[in-house]
Amino acid sequence: MHELAITKQITEIAIRYGEQNDASKITDLYLIIGDLSSVIDDSVQFYWDIIAEDTICEGANLHFERIPAKLQCQKCGHEYTLKENEITYCPQCQSSDVRIIQGKEFQLQSINIEK
Amino acid sequence: MSESMTENVTIVENIHQSNDQIAERNHQQLQAAGVFSLNFMASPGAGKTSLIERTLHALKDSFNIAVVDGDVASSIDADRAAKAGATAVQINTGGSCHVDANMLHSALAELTLEDFDLLLVENVGNLICPASFKLGTDKNVLIASVPEGDDKPYKYPKMYQDVDALVINKIDLLPYIDFDMAYFQKGVEILSPDLLSFPISCKTEKGMDAWLAWLEEEITHRS
Repeated sequence: MHELAITKQITEIAIRYGEQNDASKITDLYLIIGDLSSVIDDSVQFYWDIIAEDTICEGANLHFERIPAKLQCQKCGHEYTLKENEITYCPQCQSSDVRIIQGKEFQLQSINIEK
Repeated sequence: MSESMTENVTIVENIHQSNDQIAERNHQQLQAAGVFSLNFMASPGAGKTSLIERTLHALKDSFNIAVVDGDVASSIDADRAAKAGATAVQINTGGSCHVDANMLHSALAELTLEDFDLLLVENVGNLICPASFKLGTDKNVLIASVPEGDDKPYKYPKMYQDVDALVINKIDLLPYIDFDMAYFQKGVEILSPDLLSFPISCKTEKGMDAWLAWLEEEITHRS
């Protein structure tokens, strides 16, 4: 559900940078989405077609780069990637003293524009 | 044949930045007025309104308290907060599944902030969306209730990150349900190491003393 609000935010940022760079049209947006950020690509895409209409983003393609969730054990230093985002203890030493080191990202990385 | 020139513009901007900027403004406004503020997040039925009522009942004689209630529709919660002795403002999010910084900003405009010591924001009942939208409150409080199940940190990891305190409500029901507290707390520990947690029952008032003592301490030492 919150993808509607998020898609509006993406559009605002893209238009702001597009205008700063004298774009007549934005053709592509490159997004980085961590697997722990609770954002679903399909929902963003769904709202995108509605929200981008009648802006310089209309018709632009969304490119999603998903970043897998990665944790690091604070006890033995082992780094591991989560399977299907299921939070688990360190598979090596079973410690629960682990930190998320990757997977919370949620950024608009770049856009392609036409002048 | 005309060839259109395509150019790549690097941005690298956090998509939540526009919300976060308004949240920062809310925070400054609340701090300048000397108000300590909490954002309560939880699934529907976890006991947000009940905890607010209990808190109001215990602290209303010592502090001036305002409540901002976010709901998709109705003013049931704001009415309950008003009845319990708070100045209450209702936000109807109009279908939106969370309160965002801008909605809180509008609600703050309806209050004379200098008159209050404590602001309690009751977010929309939802374990997904509110986690992504900072409001600018001093603390984010997550309320989990034991009938929801011990697997919630594993299923909703985003919600269990970046919170400052965890209230575990309805512990009076523990003898009647299968809730593995150790399994639950291990999940919490992974997502939010050293998180402050308050096991309570709003019904029997068990554990309320520790919660209220922490809150009073925070209000008294607000900057």
